[in-house]
Amino acid sequence: MEGSFDFAIILKSVPYLAEGMVLTFQLTFLGIAGGIFFGTLLALCRLSPFAPLSFVAGSYVNFFRSMPLILVIFWFYFLVPFIVGHPVGGFWSVTLAFIMFEAAYYCEIMRAGIQSVTLGQVYAGQALGLTYRQNMQYIVLPQAFRNMIPILLTQAIVLFQDTSLVYVVGLGDFLVHADIVANRDNRLMEMFTTVAIVYFIICLLGTFYIRRLQRKLANA
Amino acid sequence: MPETENTTPSVESSPGVGMIQMEVVSKWYGNFQVLVNCSTKVDKGEVVVICGPSGSGKSTLIKVINGLEPFQEGVVTFDGTSVGDAATNLPMLRSRIGMVFQSFELFPHITITDNINLAQLKVLGRDENEATNRSMALLERVGLMDQKDKFPAQLSGGQQQRVAIARGLAMDPAAMLFDEPTSALDPEMINEVLDVMTELANDGMTMMVVTHEMGFAKRVADRVIFMDEGRIEEDCTKDEFFGGERGDRAQEFLSKILTH
Repeated sequence: MEGSFDFAIILKSVPYLAEGMVLTFQLTFLGIAGGIFFGTLLALCRLSPFAPLSFVAGSYVNFFRSMPLILVIFWFYFLVPFIVGHPVGGFWSVTLAFIMFEAAYYCEIMRAGIQSVTLGQVYAGQALGLTYRQNMQYIVLPQAFRNMIPILLTQAIVLFQDTSLVYVVGLGDFLVHADIVANRDNRLMEMFTTVAIVYFIICLLGTFYIRRLQRKLANA
Repeated sequence: MPETENTTPSVESSPGVGMIQMEVVSKWYGNFQVLVNCSTKVDKGEVVVICGPSGSGKSTLIKVINGLEPFQEGVVTFDGTSVGDAATNLPMLRSRIGMVFQSFELFPHITITDNINLAQLKVLGRDENEATNRSMALLERVGLMDQKDKFPAQLSGGQQQRVAIARGLAMDPAAMLFDEPTSALDPEMINEVLDVMTELANDGMTMMVVTHEMGFAKRVADRVIFMDEGRIEEDCTKDEFFGGERGDRAQEFLSKILTH
């Protein structure tokens, strides 16, 4: 038996766990930034009056939204080195997987955001002589982002949790490092309880922040 | 030697050809025809008021002029440029036509100054100083200098609409289109907007104004167009229109809106 709870073990492994947390945050931020960037491009394609472009973007979104994330991670892990012809390392293949996967979700969020900007605003931009691109860049997309900030952040929290799936390809994120310590010292209960609390606190803080932001935006 | 031109871009209209010209323009939404063989012309410096029952196609008519609404038949030219021509650079054309909307449509995410600056910077290529100077002069003119750093939502409807007019004027347009500029305003704010428009008309701006403000039409308009069911039913001088030489439908419409 493991005997009584020993939380001293956690203090000793803080630097190692922090190292894992750094990777977790890196993956989260790269996934969000890349996902929003490509998701916005996808949303513009989906809303394009040019049917083939809209079809391709729509198919992309439907495809990735029908795939379990863990499968996408596996795929990219084996596929990316195969395509580029040399090993790229787990970090980059997994990062790419997150970006491609998240882009499908961010596309739908941005699409709703763009559609939330009224036609009158589009007309106003056009009437001033802005080109389609300028109108998107200066009038529509800034408002779309602003309207969608709470949902974009909610999706970011989901991604933060989902990064723990890198477990399957052996990347050392927060969860994997905790798992290594837990098994090495046979302190599974303590470690996994701690991991759960840390994830819970970070996500809870994020949710509180989003709620506050929502109230602020509603009053603006 | 001739004086150099003032800040307004020179407008060369050949005689007899209106600055805005519409020839038998028709437009359909699906099977529903919103514009039926509409023809009219507006000369440089003219102020034309367009009135008519709701759904008669007034807004659509003026949105056709700057290409916000496509049309299927007929020819529309602005200062000699064909609006419906696929080769026409619409953004460039639109930058020469100011437009004011019923619901103001200021950009809510940027300040009043930035609202007026934006298209000057991005479309006309003015530098920040030049654009801001122009914006400040226009804010002064519409009496809103003290609001320059605020956001649109912090202004009253009347103030927002005056900013919207300033935003249009900042492009030094050859003509201004007004789509029911006072319909969304509380009664006490209507006059502050009409005053700015009257001043503009007196300065010689070419204007097309969709409005139900018949007082404004009587004071300021050169011509009145009355529309009904997508047709231009009356297109006459102000004196003819208000002097009783109008058709039955126009008579009926006027008696409805002037009873109170």
